[in-house]
Amino acid sequence: MEGVVIIGAGQAAAQTAASLRQEKFEGPITIFGDEPEFPYQRPPLSKDYLAGKISVEKTLVRPQEFYNSKNIAVNLNTKVKEIDPEKNTISTESAETHKYDNLVIATGSRARELRIPGSELNGIHYLRSLRDVDSIRTEMKTAKEICIVGGGYIGLEVAAVASVLGLKVTVLEMESRILKRVTTAEMSEFYHALHTKKGVDIVCGAQVKSFEGESTVSSIVTEEKTFKSDLVIVGIGILPNLELAQNAGIDCENGILVNEHCQTSKKNVYAIGDCSNHPNPILNRRLRLESVPNAMEQARVAANNILGGDKKYSTIPWFWSDQYDLKLQMLGFSADGETSVIRGEVSEEKFAVFYLSNQKIVAVDAVNSPKEFMLAKQLYGEKADPEQLSDVNYDLKKMLS
Amino acid sequence: MATIKFIEFDGTEHVVEGANDSSIMEAAVTNLVPGIDADCGGECSCATCHVLIDQVWRAKLDQPSEIEESMLDLNPDRTEDSRLSCCIPVTEDLEGITINLPEFQY
Repeated sequence: MEGVVIIGAGQAAAQTAASLRQEKFEGPITIFGDEPEFPYQRPPLSKDYLAGKISVEKTLVRPQEFYNSKNIAVNLNTKVKEIDPEKNTISTESAETHKYDNLVIATGSRARELRIPGSELNGIHYLRSLRDVDSIRTEMKTAKEICIVGGGYIGLEVAAVASVLGLKVTVLEMESRILKRVTTAEMSEFYHALHTKKGVDIVCGAQVKSFEGESTVSSIVTEEKTFKSDLVIVGIGILPNLELAQNAGIDCENGILVNEHCQTSKKNVYAIGDCSNHPNPILNRRLRLESVPNAMEQARVAANNILGGDKKYSTIPWFWSDQYDLKLQMLGFSADGETSVIRGEVSEEKFAVFYLSNQKIVAVDAVNSPKEFMLAKQLYGEKADPEQLSDVNYDLKKMLS
Repeated sequence: MATIKFIEFDGTEHVVEGANDSSIMEAAVTNLVPGIDADCGGECSCATCHVLIDQVWRAKLDQPSEIEESMLDLNPDRTEDSRLSCCIPVTEDLEGITINLPEFQY
């Protein structure tokens, strides 16, 4: 038996290995990851880890000893170069070849790069890996003015941490509003006002043209204005890592195409996590998600199917973001709603926006409102009375009975 | 360090060692105890690490925070024994604790 080979060593990879062992698989499991660390969680990187509140050990998906004790081979610093789906082999950059019975591609995604004049200067960072954040943390200690290119969740989480640490923070957003790709104008406005109140300068419609500096960045040039900055974080989205799959002739289209069992177009080859493009039977469309809960669930589905099960992926996407002391929990996609209802007080920074389509709940954005998030999780796709939703004196529990 | 006994909904028992500086959730996940998903990794954001702890043991724990309380409040399987295991640190006081798992995580 050749066992299961997993390419990638992120959360999806670690969960696949854990689920296989949990479901009593006793064959070989071999993980290949190109980073030096054992699988770690990325969400804390732009939050508590950046703020220096937690250690590297706390970011690990499971303690290092776990893999040894469960007989899971983890090859770190090892880049896979090629998959041969006809021979059921993978080969690494050092030309070692490994056979598999089942292959799981969990290659994740990488930061989208900004290639403009000056982008090779020191002091310009992306935020994707532990090492990225270690460099950023070191430089934050001496930096005075930090500029963040991109007003998405990563950028805004970094802005929150840096501003609490006392840096002068500027966020440059290309679009007409922050978070435009992921949320509604009302939520953008709320977060814009929140950051402004905390002293962060947000500039929308800012097209970054170049970086200037000797060997280290000292300013960012946009069409209208030049911003002084001795540290730059670029957070303009991520791209799925598809090249291995594409080169192996595996069907890809905005991600590695998989079915409800996380199977690709090649036999015994699965793809999970950020790199997969999968059907969502609840939303009735295909999605590629940049999301930990999705990676975890796809890992469970893949493990189950590898072991001969029939588990199908069926879950409502959800996301979270921590900025300052605000916890934002999002379920579904607000763009699916035709109308929205607010529950709670925006001014008190404790409110939820429910999005409805044909009077049914299709999404929620919950700011410091975990109860409302949990309600939406259970009533997704169900009819709900907007008046009851908006009435804070109405006990939500009654809706569940 | 504490010895923790997890009992699955179907009665299957798992006795594991929980390390100090970890949570009950981490002890379960590290030891492959089924029935605890912990999708958010311990941020009290997802409520998929729901466990049931009886009154005697519950008395040894800190009260749930407002966030934990709200996350639990609308859980259909909620009982007075409900807690989120990511919010409970392992301490020596918990030596021998028994923790029951619900049938489903939501």
